[in-house]
Amino acid sequence: MSVATEPPRMIDITPGSADMRRRERRRRLVRGGVVALCLLYLTFLLLAPLVGIVLSAFAKGLPMVVETFKTPNVQHAFLLTFQIAVVTLVVTTLLGAVTAWVLVRHRFVGRRVMNALVELPLAMSPVTVGLACVLLFGRGGWFEQWFTARGIQIMWALPSMTLVTIFICIPFIIRSVAPVLEELGTEEEDAARTLGASTMQTLFRVILPNIRWGLFYGIALTTARAIGEIGAVLLVSGTLKGKTETATIYILYAFEERLDTQGYIVALTLATISVVMLGVIEISKRRKIREVMG
Amino acid sequence: MASAAQTVRRRPKLRAPTVTRFRHWSLRGAAITYLVAMIVVPVAAIAAEGFGQGLDTFRAAMASPGAWAAIRLTLVASALAAIINAVFGTMLAYILVRYRFRGRGLLSAIVDLPFAIPTLVTGVMLVAIYGPNTPIGRAFGSAGIQLMYSQLAVLLALCVVTLPFVVRTVQPVLLELDTAEEEAAQVLGASPWKTFRAVVMPAIRPAIAAGALLAFARALGEFGSIVFVSGNLTNKTMTAPYLIFQLTNQFKPEEAAAVATLLFAISFLLVLLTSRLVRTERKEAKA
Repeated sequence: MSVATEPPRMIDITPGSADMRRRERRRRLVRGGVVALCLLYLTFLLLAPLVGIVLSAFAKGLPMVVETFKTPNVQHAFLLTFQIAVVTLVVTTLLGAVTAWVLVRHRFVGRRVMNALVELPLAMSPVTVGLACVLLFGRGGWFEQWFTARGIQIMWALPSMTLVTIFICIPFIIRSVAPVLEELGTEEEDAARTLGASTMQTLFRVILPNIRWGLFYGIALTTARAIGEIGAVLLVSGTLKGKTETATIYILYAFEERLDTQGYIVALTLATISVVMLGVIEISKRRKIREVMG
Repeated sequence: MASAAQTVRRRPKLRAPTVTRFRHWSLRGAAITYLVAMIVVPVAAIAAEGFGQGLDTFRAAMASPGAWAAIRLTLVASALAAIINAVFGTMLAYILVRYRFRGRGLLSAIVDLPFAIPTLVTGVMLVAIYGPNTPIGRAFGSAGIQLMYSQLAVLLALCVVTLPFVVRTVQPVLLELDTAEEEAAQVLGASPWKTFRAVVMPAIRPAIAAGALLAFARALGEFGSIVFVSGNLTNKTMTAPYLIFQLTNQFKPEEAAAVATLLFAISFLLVLLTSRLVRTERKEAKA
């Protein structure tokens, strides 16, 4: 029988053999190459831009930073962003927790549809969200007459800006609380009830302590997203200078008005807040995992 | 004692007390009202205004200057960004899970940065370092490559914004994957690349696909980072979300809604597809 192909050469796998050493060298080379390539990619896309914004913000020194924060327009922009973020947080946290509870604990027709609905804002462009608000409350919109007749100004003001931010932030709390609730099960809760705890006692003593990291994670995500929102807010704000200008809108227009340094400073401030939020997210994510794992 | 035992025995047979049922229904009612008022109504408004008159509104929207170019740019740039991040995201997930080196925790945190940093700030950051007035921007400029205010800028911004998706979907799967098979392949003489392709890749392929789809869906709607870096030039660097923005500001919200519906339909299908992909994968893992 003629053998056309050579049998594969067996390699010597005793530690320290020439084969193993060659192989080890090659593995190290591949490993170093992959790490280097990844670092290069991250540097190009993230680290260099981070350095860039820090340098640009401090290009004119510290006095400029102080002066920027003293500008009434800047202060008002931050105040507005803060207001929107607080209302968004309260609404999405309260109603989001209830919704997560219903989605996990109740069984009813349409639960699946509700689950899909929660994902919907994630698939929507922020601009589309703003547009929806215009279609509902803007000129000739579905609810425009009703609100105008009652003298309530929705568009080009705080209500519309808050509404679009809430829409965008809906999924975060629900998606971070629901899995924790699911893992938690009803054992402890039933035990508390059997021992005679009231609903409120069960809620504050058993359920909330158990889901707090999941909730915290959702709150951090929501805050980061709420203070950074631009597309939707820009569309419904009407960008009235010093009136409906959030921090992000201020940045956008600072560059058009050649106030580059101010723009960089405000942008860096937002980035810093977000990075702090990210730290919170990382910590609570770890806690959450530990909680779920038990 | 006797009464407690009685309660336990009786519970499943009787209907819940009225108070409990009331609480049950008010909670469910609150949740449903919340989602319907905040999500269903706005989405219905978009779909109804956009396609209420059939395809005519959509055709009118497409007739505005640069509309097709904008949609094409969005689709192409989003697809490219998803592919690039599928490659680098897989590599990043692999080194984060399998390699032990100093600064690994930091690297993991850096990967998450784009989720936290406001998208507009991402754009500002890119302009701060690669803008035409910066040393790097000038260097590329003299080589004939315009980094910012170009189609390349759109791609760059999308790459930054969608960076974490693939890493975060592949990472958990890799963590679950037993290293024994990889070691076996190595011992049997497979090269690192062959080991990866034949042993690791089949296991993480669904996760890569899921991450890339999510990244693509996210990129389609991206506005904040692009509005700043692209320059929004009609027929050149204008993207679909900016087209929606522009049409709305030109008091043509119906036409804007038509474009938005198209974009949103693609993106929502992809998100649903992804959650199905992840779910089947999980089922397989359990089986």
